Amino acid sequence: MNRAMLDLWVGAFVALGFAALMFLAMQVADVSSEGTRGATITLYARFDDIGGLKVKAPVKSAGVVVGRVTAIRFDPNVYQAEVEMRVSAAYPFPKDTIAAILTSGLLGEQYIGLAAGADVEMLEDGDRIQMTQSALVLEKLIGQFLFNQAADGGGK
Amino acid sequence: MIRLLRALGRLTVDGVWQVGFATRFLFVMLRHSGPSFARFSLTIRELYFSGVLSLVIIVVSGAFVGMVLGLQGYDTLQRFGSESALGSIVALSLLRELGPVVAALLFASRAGSAVTAEIGLMKATEQLTAMDMMAVNPIARVVAPRFWGGVLSMPLLAAIFSTVGVIGGWFIGVVVIGVDNGTFWSQMANSVDFREDVMNGVVKSFVFGWAVSLIAVFQGYDCTPTAEGVSRAITKTVVYSSLTVLALDFILTSFMYIGK
Amino acid sequence: MTTHPDIAEPVVELRGVDAGYGERLILSGIDFSVRRGQLVAVMGGSGSGKTTLLRLVSGQLRARKGSVRVFGESLEKISEKELYALRRRMGMLFQFGALFTDLSVFDNVAFPLREHTDLPESMIHDLVLLKLNAVGLRGAATLMPSELSGGMARRVALARSVALDPELIMYDEPFAGLDPISLGVIGQAIRKLNDALGAASILVTHDVVESLSIVDYVYLVSEGKIVAQGTPDEIRASTDPFVHQFIHAEADGPVPFHYPAPPLAESLLESEVAR
Repeated sequence: MNRAMLDLWVGAFVALGFAALMFLAMQVADVSSEGTRGATITLYARFDDIGGLKVKAPVKSAGVVVGRVTAIRFDPNVYQAEVEMRVSAAYPFPKDTIAAILTSGLLGEQYIGLAAGADVEMLEDGDRIQMTQSALVLEKLIGQFLFNQAADGGGK
Repeated sequence: MIRLLRALGRLTVDGVWQVGFATRFLFVMLRHSGPSFARFSLTIRELYFSGVLSLVIIVVSGAFVGMVLGLQGYDTLQRFGSESALGSIVALSLLRELGPVVAALLFASRAGSAVTAEIGLMKATEQLTAMDMMAVNPIARVVAPRFWGGVLSMPLLAAIFSTVGVIGGWFIGVVVIGVDNGTFWSQMANSVDFREDVMNGVVKSFVFGWAVSLIAVFQGYDCTPTAEGVSRAITKTVVYSSLTVLALDFILTSFMYIGK
Repeated sequence: MTTHPDIAEPVVELRGVDAGYGERLILSGIDFSVRRGQLVAVMGGSGSGKTTLLRLVSGQLRARKGSVRVFGESLEKISEKELYALRRRMGMLFQFGALFTDLSVFDNVAFPLREHTDLPESMIHDLVLLKLNAVGLRGAATLMPSELSGGMARRVALARSVALDPELIMYDEPFAGLDPISLGVIGQAIRKLNDALGAASILVTHDVVESLSIVDYVYLVSEGKIVAQGTPDEIRASTDPFVHQFIHAEADGPVPFHYPAPPLAESLLESEVAR
């Protein structure tokens, strides 16, 4: 095997290896859609209960991913969870937007859904979304359902 | 009973001795690694032998592992009606575990054993001594380039394995079974984190590359210089590196994903 | 360059040397010297410590006791770098040649030149062909070692070991496993190279006839000691019973045929009792 052939093969091998890494980064992990690229603004929202929401969960509006959850803290002053999210600056939302924690499918992951309001002023970097809707916790729902049933039964 | 204890003691002493000797060998080799980079053509040759020549087995196995993941994953997921998660299952299992580990096991039996055989035969036929007598250090000239060739090709091979595996899973899931193409990729992108999953996989395969290459060159260099000794050294390379890879994988996984 | 052996400086000098591996002592009380221009044979049975002697001289093994001096430098506390500097002035032919199996004949001979000199490729080409010509294998330059016969491989290895024009050449069993014609060819080549280079040579062998016909001086080694020495004529004429047994290849004599053991009858009886 002469030197030029050897170099060619090894070069092709290394290029293939890096192409594979690029594929894993771009296509599989999709680095570009993580909101780390392009201009973003940071928004905050307080929830009574975030359920199973996790950092890096998507922020969607009308089903389209517009940002990601970047941090979740517990605020001991108000006993609520404070969620920090980064949303693409390309999509401005009105001040009276509602943030809700929703679940994709019965067992799917949880995400934040933004429902735009009608305000003329737009949310800016560092703003807090005032209106929020907590996650639906299955046990609570069932509890409520049983309670209602019992109440109905007693009324008859 | 006494004999059993004595056998256990001997095994421990020999084991510790071997590990110590291998560690010392690693340092000697690192000290003599200058020529592997100053004369990079030496390492390029080894990249060809351990990297390029392992490509076929890596690509074929990667494709099959990915396709099996696609089938099994689909079969299990559709019971819960969550076929849409197929992409995440395939990608996560490949990136986190199967890619680095299976690629390292294949690498150990394909390239590692070849390196051990080559160095062992050179030792058995006095080629290493002859080189030493020509005032050329065999560790710098023969051993270190093979080590670095292995260390450099391992992460690349693991990445290729994972990529081919993902494509194999996609082929079965989307083309053959008919899961929605967009769902497959977007679910995958949603659940796979670049740093957490892709980079950790690369770190794993890098560590495995060090372990397997060190074991391979050490067993070759340390073997009894006879035909029998060389064949025993090859067996040892495959067995020890497989066990080391699996043990290291457990340790690394517990640090990377669980210990937080 | 060739000077009279008696007045030339010693290239190799061993004084009262003990050496061995691990707990085993292989050589004891060795006094040995080789002068410039001399071709010295070290003969003895298998396992008598001949190869160990070469390993001492080449610095692969350190002496337990006594002094080893090569080119006037002591090898006792020599650093790796200094040892490598000395080894560039040495050449060694291994028992089975030890050619690099992944390199062609040409590249094998060129190996020491490429590693240790900055000569241009055209000059290396000429030097390699000259060396190969000296052993009669210029035509085999493009072959791979696996395509060579045992005798040819030995000759290529010889060309490689003298590629850098060494001042000290060591031969470890160069005649082992060769047919009579190849054996004669190698023997003549060894003698001619030594004279042409004005070097000192050590020839470790148990081939009596061939070596006695080419060497200047002989050391006979048995069980780690030098038991006889002298010129080939003195050795042939020796009345010493050991020398006689060795030179004439007799099965029994001072070197016993049997490995030390209790009498046969006793051993047979023992197994009988054990049953």
